[in-house]
Amino acid sequence: MNAESLIQAVKDRFPQAAEASHAYRGDATVIVHRESLLELARTLKEDPAFQMNFLMDLTAVDYSAFGTKPAPAFFASSGVAVRPSTSIPDKDPWPGPPGSARFVVVYHFFSLTLKHRLRVEVPVEEEDAEVDSLTSLWGGANWLEREVWDMFGIRFRGHPNLKRILMYEEFEGHPLRKDYPVNKRQPLTGPNN
Amino acid sequence: MEQPKLETREMLLNVGPAHPSMHGIIRIVAKLDGEQVMDCDVEIGYLHRGFEKMSETVDYNGVMPYTDRLNYVSPLINNMGYCMAVEKALGISVPDRCHYIRVIMSEISRITDHLTCIGAGAMELGAFTVFLYMIKAREFLWELVEMVTGARLTVSYCRVGGVKGDLPEGFEERCRKALEETRTVLKESDILLTRNRIFVDRMSGTGKISTEDAISYGITGPFLRGCGTAYDVRKDCPYAVYDRLDFDVPVGTRGDNLDRYLVRMEEMYQSIRILEQALRDIPDGPFLAHPETGRAIPAAEMVDEAKMGNIVQIEGARAVVDPTLDGASEEEHPGIAADEKRVFLPPKEDTYGNIEGLMNHFKLVMYGHGVRPPKGEVYFPVEGANGELGFYVVSDGTNNPYRVRVRPPCFAIMSALPKLLIGDMMADVTPTFGSINMIGGELDR
Repeated sequence: MNAESLIQAVKDRFPQAAEASHAYRGDATVIVHRESLLELARTLKEDPAFQMNFLMDLTAVDYSAFGTKPAPAFFASSGVAVRPSTSIPDKDPWPGPPGSARFVVVYHFFSLTLKHRLRVEVPVEEEDAEVDSLTSLWGGANWLEREVWDMFGIRFRGHPNLKRILMYEEFEGHPLRKDYPVNKRQPLTGPNN
Repeated sequence: MEQPKLETREMLLNVGPAHPSMHGIIRIVAKLDGEQVMDCDVEIGYLHRGFEKMSETVDYNGVMPYTDRLNYVSPLINNMGYCMAVEKALGISVPDRCHYIRVIMSEISRITDHLTCIGAGAMELGAFTVFLYMIKAREFLWELVEMVTGARLTVSYCRVGGVKGDLPEGFEERCRKALEETRTVLKESDILLTRNRIFVDRMSGTGKISTEDAISYGITGPFLRGCGTAYDVRKDCPYAVYDRLDFDVPVGTRGDNLDRYLVRMEEMYQSIRILEQALRDIPDGPFLAHPETGRAIPAAEMVDEAKMGNIVQIEGARAVVDPTLDGASEEEHPGIAADEKRVFLPPKEDTYGNIEGLMNHFKLVMYGHGVRPPKGEVYFPVEGANGELGFYVVSDGTNNPYRVRVRPPCFAIMSALPKLLIGDMMADVTPTFGSINMIGGELDR
């Protein structure tokens, strides 16, 4: 399926869940409520129309600093605005960060049999940063969700072992949040410091 | 007489973080019953350098040196994957010659990666000769990489919208020679390993995983192909010019260490095949099409003349640049860079010789300026040596990437490590771990 028909198929199946969608640069993207994530993921995996057997990637983006950085005057404030080459699809414009929520959890699904990719985005508020875990559907979600917890502090409901993975247990804060200073040091000196 | 009863209990064995048979820093806590692994816990993160956080602080081309250090055995594939992701965000595509150069360099890298993986894995099983042979072949290939990029490991060869410099003179000949040497080494290693009783006994049937489990863990690359699933990004979602090249995707049947070894061996032959076709098909650079025009001056001299204001002396002259240090000259430029002044540095003749070129150069390298993709998000996968290597880039329209996420192929494989090890013997940890080809730089980022 191409990006447009894939988005349409997801929208037809989940009319309430899909908040918005776009196919910027040919990447099919659907933004869904977190309540319907687990059901959507199960359908994507098991339904013969989608057959998304791979959870390729799971990450998050902290949109709290988006658009706050002043862009120095260059050619145009939106950056290079060339007509994309014919090899790159350019029908849909990018609608901007999904909603006002601080975090967006980003899933990249891939179907090996049908060779299509779908990006699912789930906006998450900072106060209640929790989404359903996909560990019951994909074994690979385990470590990927641990990494998102480690880096962004987003919890995953139903995760069997949600602890830090790249940073150490004593680490304070979540380094990929935009308010975590890039030059902050937290040396680990020993078991009892 | 009655035998005295021996006390038995489970033992916890700590392998790593700095164990000689580990290819990187990683800790495996294994629960053993006798010699059998009953349970294990894997701890990673010892080489975490904050790649994704650091990427947000530098400009788009500044991420390139960080990508070198992801999979440091095949850095050119990382370069290419990141560049193609940013180019997708920008909406530009590079000339055919540049595509071919990138394909040639990444296939050379793929061979070096597989050579390292098999060589080190065989060494850990006692086949030290194979390791030496394979490192010898890798040396031939790394000399090629050095010839093209000027560095062996930290290559930073690709640029957003092109590559740093054209292939040097005499590259094709040396490349063909190196491939011939590699073929000889592969043949020798094949004789030493593939029918070697000890090697086969230790590899066969160990570290088994079913296709369903492998897919559930998101495993891709030679590891998945060893299970019998022919997923290769180069075939299934072709990028660059891979759809014009003819190659096969080898698959295994049993999903054990031996199959993964065989898949990797065959993939190296296929990479050589791709390289030979790419060398044959690569379009001639403009350098070869138009023999030299005007006088040739070394780039450094040109800079000196320009500083003195002697523009007349250097007008129309050709800069002799070292592609590994200086970049590209005017003749090479159209072949290796996208025709987009807002993305790629101007040729050196313009930078040194006229004010427009100098300003263009400054506009791209000065702090706060540089490449600026429009607001948006893109995901671009390429076939890394270990599997699908994907870059997810979010741009907020400024010169720093808003978010760069890399999907490291061996992260998925490592998360399945307990599944691979449980039930096997302790001695099987070594071949299994060797066939995973864990690269710390990519796993921990």
